Amino acid sequence: MKVGLLYSRIRKDEKLLLEELRDRDHEIEKIDVRKEQFNISEAPEAFDDVDVVVDRCLATSRSVYVTQFLDAYGVPVINSAETADVCSDKVKNSLALERAGVPTPNTEVAFTTDSAMETIEKFGYPCVIKPVVGSWGRLMAKVESRSAAEAILEHKATLGHYQHKVFYVQEFVEKPGRDIRVLAADGEPIAAESRSSDHWLTNAAKGGEVAAFELDDRARELVAAASDAVGGGLLGVDLMETSDVSESGDSEARQTSSDVEYTVHEVNHNVEFKALNDAVDVDVPVAVVDWIENKVATEAEAGV
Amino acid sequence: MAETITAEDPLTGEEIEIPADVEVGEIVDSPATGAELEVVSVDPITLEEAPELEEDWGE
Repeated sequence: MKVGLLYSRIRKDEKLLLEELRDRDHEIEKIDVRKEQFNISEAPEAFDDVDVVVDRCLATSRSVYVTQFLDAYGVPVINSAETADVCSDKVKNSLALERAGVPTPNTEVAFTTDSAMETIEKFGYPCVIKPVVGSWGRLMAKVESRSAAEAILEHKATLGHYQHKVFYVQEFVEKPGRDIRVLAADGEPIAAESRSSDHWLTNAAKGGEVAAFELDDRARELVAAASDAVGGGLLGVDLMETSDVSESGDSEARQTSSDVEYTVHEVNHNVEFKALNDAVDVDVPVAVVDWIENKVATEAEAGV
Repeated sequence: MAETITAEDPLTGEEIEIPADVEVGEIVDSPATGAELEVVSVDPITLEEAPELEEDWGE
């Protein structure tokens, strides 16, 4: 098959994918999104004859628009425009999870500092303010007092892009020093890792310590539901354990306990997996390329 | 030890060693300055200063 890899930066993740695709003798068209122009009716030449495009744009804004263009051109793309649209925006992400009945942290959006302050006081301290667009734990604020809240809101209102005036306020979830990242393909987990840190942000990009994590049935159920909620695809589903896990020091016991409940705080559509690949026994690029091959074959058969 | 090739650091003009299997679009760190450099061509090997991190970058 001919695979278009849409990129602006070849990270380790993209390199692993490219190596696996080449090992299987697939034809690769590396497409640097920075060099293309997207006409509303005619696809750029780079996309001629590709069976599927794998969107690995580093910039969310590019990913959101380019997937819409590819959709308009009738070029199959992983992930879909719908998925990119929902996952790129925390408000849409939260609404989709809530609509699907997936447990997710309580969240409110307010558009002025005064109304955001009312939400914060209602949630109590600590609570969390997040930018609606952004990644790697950047610009996230754990708000522990009214005076801190006032300062953060004033800074966002004064210094930020207009998107920072969409105040996304979330309850603070007491997690057991870690969260869980599940790499899933159309809701089926490929592998999972826990990310632990003494800091309240446990993102791998923030230096969280990564270890393989065994999913229980409830977690698998939520990953499938969260994936469906955002339109499916190759996703990074982020969960936090919310009950009866902090009392047990033993991680084996935690994982087999029927008391563990989860909340899904986010689904990522342009998922990085290099840290996961190092932490688990599963060969992640192999599993991802298996899934891409199956998806392309199935959709070709169905005439999609 | 992985194979290396030499390339010119666009910021300092020095010859630096980078992994031989680099791809166009990949970022390498300059061993001389620590700066991020983007591979813009592999034949001949050409490096440019990598773009600054943007707010919407990530996953």
